[in-house]
Amino acid sequence: MIDTVNPIIAPENLIYAKSEVLLDNIMHYCPGCSHGVVNKLIAEVIEDMGIQQTTIGIAPVGCAVFAYNYLDIDWQEASHGRAPAVATGVKRLLPDTFVFSYQGDGDLAAIGTAETIHACNRGENIVMVFVNNGIYGMTGGQMAPTTLPGMQSSTCPFGREASRDGHPLKITELLAQLPGTSYVTRQAVHTAASVRKTKKALRLAFENQKLNKGTSVIEVVATCSSGWKMTPVQANKWMEENMFAYYPLGDMKNE
Amino acid sequence: MRNIDKIVNDMAKARGAVVVDSVICKGCGLCVEACPTNTLQLAAEVNDKGYNYSYMAAPELCIGCANCGAVCPDSCIAVYRAKA
Ligand SMILES: Cc1ncc(C[n+]2csc(CCOP(=O)(O)OP(=O)(O)O)c2C)c(N)n1
Ligand code: SF4
Ligand code: SF4
Ligand code: SF4
Repeated sequence: MIDTVNPIIAPENLIYAKSEVLLDNIMHYCPGCSHGVVNKLIAEVIEDMGIQQTTIGIAPVGCAVFAYNYLDIDWQEASHGRAPAVATGVKRLLPDTFVFSYQGDGDLAAIGTAETIHACNRGENIVMVFVNNGIYGMTGGQMAPTTLPGMQSSTCPFGREASRDGHPLKITELLAQLPGTSYVTRQAVHTAASVRKTKKALRLAFENQKLNKGTSVIEVVATCSSGWKMTPVQANKWMEENMFAYYPLGDMKNE
Repeated sequence: MRNIDKIVNDMAKARGAVVVDSVICKGCGLCVEACPTNTLQLAAEVNDKGYNYSYMAAPELCIGCANCGAVCPDSCIAVYRAKA
């Protein structure tokens, strides 16, 4: 084995490794799934801030339903779309904890739209992580409110058509309009540079919570290579070429 | 076949190295794509789950930038960088 004779592989040279906040359970996500990267980044931020004992995650219904098997923190599972409401209750009862919700686009922008908007409008002092892969991943790739015009899914196999299926919902832009939100940003995790930016955004969101600044919303434009029926590398490329035009990256609000 | 002297010699030039947990790796290829130096490749062999795991095909090229680690969804890459 070449690795075993490589002198660079020594503890003093270690610069990057799996976060200690991540458990050893192997993630159930499909190969290349953006959820794995976002889960990991949250773990890294919690580790860097030293808040493992005081952070409570609210897990969604969707592919990230098992996030509680991966991050070694306290969790509460919410029913479909209700994570912001559950997060509200947890944060109000335990104001000294860090509370974040983690949701897909079907969860946050379809069935949970009311909870999402009202939590942000109340300015709940929570972090909302929103992983937007443009479809319902877990249940087989159905059209979501976020599905792009012309994008194929199992329930619009010939592509979404606005006259029949409505328009893609830019819910993050909508949330940025609400006075309760203090930090609203859209990021991605398809390149090393974008991963590092998303980590910074998550860090800022958790720091905001420490300062009682209101709701921070971090959207991550993501891939679902299984649902999109592409390889993970193709899915990243497709996302760059199609999703970013409709869902441009960057801060919408930072107060 | 590269001879061992050449490997050791090349290794002296490398500034970084990675260790991929080939048991956990799902062969998604995102690290291969993210590597600026073409150090990584997916193996022709598969692991127990049937995935063509990632490995350092050209260890002498690694600069220890950690791009591969950053994009890996399954946190199976540890990155080492030699002190200058
Ligand atoms: C009340 C209720 N309605 C419907 C479902 C079925 N269901 C499970 S996951 C899901 C969609 C999840 O999609 P998304 O939130 O985009 O997450 P992803 O899997 O893409 O990460 C649906 C409709 C459910 N579990 N509960
Ligand atoms: S179905 Fe899509 S969102 Fe769900 S784990 Fe697989 S790739 Fe990820
Ligand atoms: S550390 Fe950088 S150069 Fe080395 S394998 Fe990873 S991406 Fe490639
Ligand atoms: S990114 Fe991670 S899971 Fe994907 S091939 Fe590379 S090491 Fe394996």
